[in-house]
Amino acid sequence: MIRLDARIPEGPLAEKWTRFKATQKLVSPANKRKLDIIVVGTGLAGASAAASLGEQGFNVKVFCYQDSPRRAHSIAAQGGINAAKNYPNDGDSVYRLFYDTIKGGDYRSREANVYRLAEVSGSIIDQCVARGVPFAREYSGVLKNRSFGGAQVSRTFYARGQTGQQLLLGAYGAMMRQVNAGKITFFPRTEMLDLVIIEGKARGIITRNLITGALERHFGHAVVLATGGYGRAYFLSTMAMGANGSAIWQAYKKGAYFANPSFVQIHPTCIPVHGDYQSKLTLMSESLRNDGRIWVPKKSEDAEALRNKTKLPADLAEEDRDYYLERKYPAFGNLVPRDVASRAAKDRCDAGFGVGSGLAVYLDFEDAIKNLGKDVIRERYGNLFQMYEKIVDENPYKTPMMIYPAIHYCMGGLWVDYHLMTTIPGLFAIGECNFSDHGANRLGASALMQGLADGYFILPYTLQHYLAEEILVPRMPVTLPEFERAENSVRDNIHKLFSIKGKQSVDAIHRKFGLKLWEMVGMARNKSGLESALKEFSALKEEFWKDVRVTGRYDEMNPELEKAGRVADFIEIGELMARDALQREESCGGHFREEHQSDEGEAMRNDDDFMFVAVWEYKASDREHEMHKEPLKYEDIKVAIRNYKI
Amino acid sequence: MDFTLKIWRQENARAKGRFVTYHVTGISPECSFLEMLDILNQQLIDKFEKPVCYDHDCREGICGACGLYINGRPHGQDDGVTTCQLHMRRYRDGDTITVEPWRAKPFPVIKDLVVDRSAFDKIIASGGYISVSTGGVPDANTILVPKEDAELAMDAAACIGCGACVAACKNASAMLFVASKVSQFAKLPQGRVEAKERVKKMVAKMDELGFGACTNTGACEVECPKNISLSHIACLNREYFKAKIL
Ligand SMILES: Cc1cc2nc3c(=O)[nH]c(=O)nc-3n(C[C@H](O)[C@H](O)[C@H](O)COP(=O)(O)OP(=O)(O)OC[C@H]3O[C@@H](n4cnc5c(N)ncnc54)[C@H](O)[C@@H]3O)c2cc1C
Ligand code: FES
Repeated sequence: MIRLDARIPEGPLAEKWTRFKATQKLVSPANKRKLDIIVVGTGLAGASAAASLGEQGFNVKVFCYQDSPRRAHSIAAQGGINAAKNYPNDGDSVYRLFYDTIKGGDYRSREANVYRLAEVSGSIIDQCVARGVPFAREYSGVLKNRSFGGAQVSRTFYARGQTGQQLLLGAYGAMMRQVNAGKITFFPRTEMLDLVIIEGKARGIITRNLITGALERHFGHAVVLATGGYGRAYFLSTMAMGANGSAIWQAYKKGAYFANPSFVQIHPTCIPVHGDYQSKLTLMSESLRNDGRIWVPKKSEDAEALRNKTKLPADLAEEDRDYYLERKYPAFGNLVPRDVASRAAKDRCDAGFGVGSGLAVYLDFEDAIKNLGKDVIRERYGNLFQMYEKIVDENPYKTPMMIYPAIHYCMGGLWVDYHLMTTIPGLFAIGECNFSDHGANRLGASALMQGLADGYFILPYTLQHYLAEEILVPRMPVTLPEFERAENSVRDNIHKLFSIKGKQSVDAIHRKFGLKLWEMVGMARNKSGLESALKEFSALKEEFWKDVRVTGRYDEMNPELEKAGRVADFIEIGELMARDALQREESCGGHFREEHQSDEGEAMRNDDDFMFVAVWEYKASDREHEMHKEPLKYEDIKVAIRNYKI
Repeated sequence: MDFTLKIWRQENARAKGRFVTYHVTGISPECSFLEMLDILNQQLIDKFEKPVCYDHDCREGICGACGLYINGRPHGQDDGVTTCQLHMRRYRDGDTITVEPWRAKPFPVIKDLVVDRSAFDKIIASGGYISVSTGGVPDANTILVPKEDAELAMDAAACIGCGACVAACKNASAMLFVASKVSQFAKLPQGRVEAKERVKKMVAKMDELGFGACTNTGACEVECPKNISLSHIACLNREYFKAKIL
């Protein structure tokens, strides 16, 4: 077994990163030209890393499965990005952002990494503004902020409801500038299918050209994965249709450890499911909770009347409405963190107070429109309201929105140390695909921050430090047996998929699996459910490999083949998620074990036994995964019960 | 609801394409256009036929991947929506719907309804950015930007790069796409510094890649799913004129 060493620099928390930078190894400009870096993924993390590494003078090869790097799923982020700028002078600081992030993550993340994240957050905003990101501004011309769940200060920067788009286009522009300068070569419509390891170090990848189907080999002195989250395992999620866990899963199978796989985030404000042909769920930004009030009827007969439309929401008098978040959590009200808000919605619906199909609650803007006026609301959320109306065919200015929780983000991912390196030397993971800084629950507007922190301000230092030891390594030919073997195994796998010629489409199996995953490894989990999930997933895996039908050929554009490979991996990831959820006998953040709750239904953490990162190691297809523990030590923060009531 | 679909099928870039007629039945009005195509594809898979290829990813109108020419209009008949945001309730039961890929020389068909839009990336690479590197930039509030300018820049920046403007234009001009980037940066003090260089390079690249000239038909603005205004083309022309003449 590899020893888990997080390589956290010595010294006081606030000085660790400065010390690292002061003592890190550098690569001279002449040597940078001789070094190749592979970056898989062009979201905020991948694009910002590629751009920064190209600017430094390395040769960078960038890959994405979409037809353009600009379409990475970061584009869909709506609400905003956090930074401890304290522009509104409301008491924010690096320490407070650090504290909020650790607390929001329910004390399951690493202090040193989170502190660094908070520390570089301010530079991200400077950088984005310099790159022309049109953030919202005050009349005075200064940048505007808003508040987000889990915080009592306003530290969120935004560009209407399209923050992710604008940040990504900024990073994409920077990346394309390096393409123009010849420092970056980019490969769109190309999917990574395997990792190549030579003498214990990551040295390349095998890809499939999604237009011609050709398998290709690429060498790099180091490989960076920035492939986003695996939330699409659930079939229905807010993730893009092509989002996948395949790249990190292949890395896992080659020796990169996987941390906290069961930590996924369920977002409280999504448009509810409407039919069984549905392909994905749409998020309504959390920022709506700033002005919207969440409620369900107080009486179950009212709920029933609303469900069969004999009553309208407007028919219910104020005293017949239960603003349950304001009632239960007076200090944070509608702005409690996502996991708390999601569970509260589930709790009300399970108790029979749900509206719509029964699995929905109201998000109401009536008071906000009364107090602030329609124009202000339109300015703040116009495009979100419009999006809602297009999908649901109801006007949220007139009638409350209906929302329900949905899978949205993965806190779990490849285990990385302080350098963002996985347990495979030379393999780095950044952005959502690493196990990240968010512990058991991520605060809103912090994923964009982390992606850009990793890509712009952390990896360019730590990767250079690693590459300083590689300057004497010549470029390796892709004819080496390690490349050959990896390509052959990918090809075998593809042929195997075609040879099955079963009866069920890939989507049909995915849907079945996703529903089970949602039921048993979703918002609330329990021992017997997880145990039966493990059995069912292994049966489903068998079913997949016996009965899946992949149409078309391998040497052509073939989305069915792409999906098949991804779903095969999702089922295996799901198994590991269930295993991880089963071992964690506590409730923390997004992970809620029904056995571990207080009489009031609040999550109960078990710090004595579970204050660790669960780090999984792949053994072999016929052997059990092995779990290691990275203990979490809190030196600067006093661990407390997460309380959003007072 | 039941529909008859006439869909463009083309094996690959070199093959000849043709329309093939399909029928789908029992479609719910809540179903999105792409979900309706998913249902069709499921039917094809059940018969061991090849499903229809089309680009899509976010399915919420922001990534710009989807783009179908539906009944002669990019992204269908609705204003201000992408193909993935179109719902079947907008059609009448029994309708016949024709579905084609973007038709424009600079966007060759790859397969069925999928086209190659890499020309857009090439235009951006030629100059669609502000040339600063990571690090060494001033505090974000050092340069104040009037709210109005920031809003105008954001209006332009809303472009999703789907290519509907090119598909809608009889000249296959990419003016609205280029204008949205030029105009976004022209409105911001950070972008003004290289405004002249930028507009010259981007326009030259657009011409080189075979996009046609703009003859002010305004079809691009009408079909743009993000309602990007023609006034940005006026801004582009102004910027170009300033760069070339002044
Ligand atoms: C609807 C929505 C709204 C959100 N809103 C917010 C918000 O307001 N604030 C916030 O902070 N966070 C938000 N998030 C979360 C945040 O957007 C993501 O966590 C973040 O953008 C992830 O960035 P990334 O760079 O890690 O990955 P992504 O942006 O997901 O990019 C992944 C990249 O990897 C590539 N890729 C994946 N697999 C492969 C493969 N096998 N081969 C080759 N390439 C591959 C893809 O092509 C893509 O380029 C939101 C998320 C969603 C889904
Ligand atoms: S699929 Fe992303 S815009 Fe339609």
